[in-house]
Amino acid sequence: MSDMTARHLPDRLQSPAARLLQSWELLLLGLAIAIFIANSLASPYFLNAWNLSDATFNFTEKAMIAFAMALLIIAGEIDLSVAAIIALVSTAMGAAAAAGAGTPLLVLIGLGTGLACGAFNGLLVTRLGLPSIVVTIGTMSLFRGVSFIILGDGAYRSYPPEFAYFGQGYVGWVISFEFVLFGLCALAYYVLLHRTNFGRSVFAIGNNATAAQFSGIRVGRVKFMLFLLTGLMSGVAAICLTSRLGSTRPSIASGWELEVVTMVVLGGVSILGGSGSIPGVVIAAFVMGLVTFGLGLLNVPGIVMSIFIGLMLISVIAVPRLWRMWRG
Amino acid sequence: MKFTRRLFGSAAMAAALIAGNAATAQDDPVRIALVVKALGIGFFEAAAKGAEEAAAELGNVEVIYTGPTDTTAEGQIEVINSLIAQQVDAIAVSANDTDALVPALKKAMQRGITVISWDSGVATEGRELHLNPSSNPLIGNMIIKLAADELPEGGQVAVLSATTTSTNQNIWIEEMTKVLGDYNGIEVVGTVYGDDLADKSYREATGLMQTYPELDAIIAPTSVGIVAAARAVEDAGKVGQVNVTGLGLPSEMAGAIESGASKSFAIWNPIDLGYSAAYLAYQLATDAAEATPGAEIPMGRMGALTLDENTEGAMADPFVYDASNIDAFKDIF
Repeated sequence: MSDMTARHLPDRLQSPAARLLQSWELLLLGLAIAIFIANSLASPYFLNAWNLSDATFNFTEKAMIAFAMALLIIAGEIDLSVAAIIALVSTAMGAAAAAGAGTPLLVLIGLGTGLACGAFNGLLVTRLGLPSIVVTIGTMSLFRGVSFIILGDGAYRSYPPEFAYFGQGYVGWVISFEFVLFGLCALAYYVLLHRTNFGRSVFAIGNNATAAQFSGIRVGRVKFMLFLLTGLMSGVAAICLTSRLGSTRPSIASGWELEVVTMVVLGGVSILGGSGSIPGVVIAAFVMGLVTFGLGLLNVPGIVMSIFIGLMLISVIAVPRLWRMWRG
Repeated sequence: MKFTRRLFGSAAMAAALIAGNAATAQDDPVRIALVVKALGIGFFEAAAKGAEEAAAELGNVEVIYTGPTDTTAEGQIEVINSLIAQQVDAIAVSANDTDALVPALKKAMQRGITVISWDSGVATEGRELHLNPSSNPLIGNMIIKLAADELPEGGQVAVLSATTTSTNQNIWIEEMTKVLGDYNGIEVVGTVYGDDLADKSYREATGLMQTYPELDAIIAPTSVGIVAAARAVEDAGKVGQVNVTGLGLPSEMAGAIESGASKSFAIWNPIDLGYSAAYLAYQLATDAAEATPGAEIPMGRMGALTLDENTEGAMADPFVYDASNIDAFKDIF
């Protein structure tokens, strides 16, 4: 900060304030606020507590997976099987419910199946050294395939009434259980990534796995933990989604893996690994939720929405690079 | 301050809506959302056309034609949530999933929105009524009628079905057999199964013509079988001798109608279906009718819908397609 010395070696490249002003999160927050205002002006139905509460269901489940996925992508890996894990978890819970299992047991089975799927992915990647994109494209077909074999064109629908709370319950007024869970997960992942040694090692691995290994970080173990977490969060999302739908079909959550990855990348996580933040992902979740809900209120056809999300993703990735090219 | 006021204002409005839908003012149009399995499907575009027709007839009705990009339940739920938010008066849905939509549709009903399903139904607790395009007895009667109408002197007909275990086809053939006595001189000489495979259906149809040289008609109550049978008749040079009829899609059957291998066939008319769905939704949303078992609810030019104990009803006879109207429908579905 000081200009007194002859050879100036700044301990920071920019002041914290300047860094914040140029940060991805602030840009994204600005976008979120702009979308919020645009939505309020475009539709008379937007600014309504219940409607906004309903709108959160468009992103809470995906966002919960996105937090774990963010860590995985920062560490230089990816899990494309998350939606298929949802299908398998939901099928396992459906089968248990059909056999008469109660709600606590269903939750345990859901979390357990999610963890098992995550462990399977993690072992293949860390023990056999296979690239995660290939492994999880494989398990994507595998997990959903098992679900299709078990259910075929049938459905499980005999969930106990209390089970509906996770996806349809409200903690108070318009605050849904899912939204609270989303908030708690955001907080937990914020602390994990930005305030613990584990989080530091995730960044280290993403920047240079070999260097991280030589600095004493157990790279394989950390990566395995990250796959476990992603499996676990897919299990949590599966519980919420199954509870919200009240039934299970093998096609449940199809295509979600790409929406989750979109959310993570939109949140400023580098797809090449090494950088990113949880607040960014949280804001990106809101941006995606607000955009789809706002366009939905105007009855914009879904395909136009996909185009909009696609353009938004490309522009938020391209704009900073263009900015740097222009300045440099 | 202003924000909170708006919030409370909206909440009060929502409360008023929950209290009773009857508050729909005369000036506000009745907004009926036609939710389809996915956008960009000809069948549903045609249904939307029918709904617009009903809207024009009823007056003061706004049709919102919407649906997800692909045929998923999750996509439809997002659409339904946004319709609940818009406080539409009615939702008429062709469901991607019988069960998964129920919680979302229940919520819609709790907030005073009329919910009906059409074409592809939802479980009873998720809707007020379900509109079937037709019914098994009507279909069974129609397929034999189409064959008999071309055979005033009577004749031999054979059935080319899907598989031996196809539930729908078996029920329709059973219903057809029940009313066979109404058609004088019509004899069903045999039933064969093409397994809904084009090549097997073709071989079975060819076999029928060889086994029964006097055969006058082939009835195929399956969209795969009817096309294959028509091609078999064309290839055997028996156009004008053997008439192929049954259930098929206009886009696939246009060639057979043109060649004369098929004089006519039947399937539901999506325009009528959309028309009836919108008409029924309007009747319920304006409290002009109530969806109770046994109720008869008017649906304009399509007559009235009689509800059974599951509050389901059948719209009409399957619609007949022939040389006079095939061109108008072959581009639709």
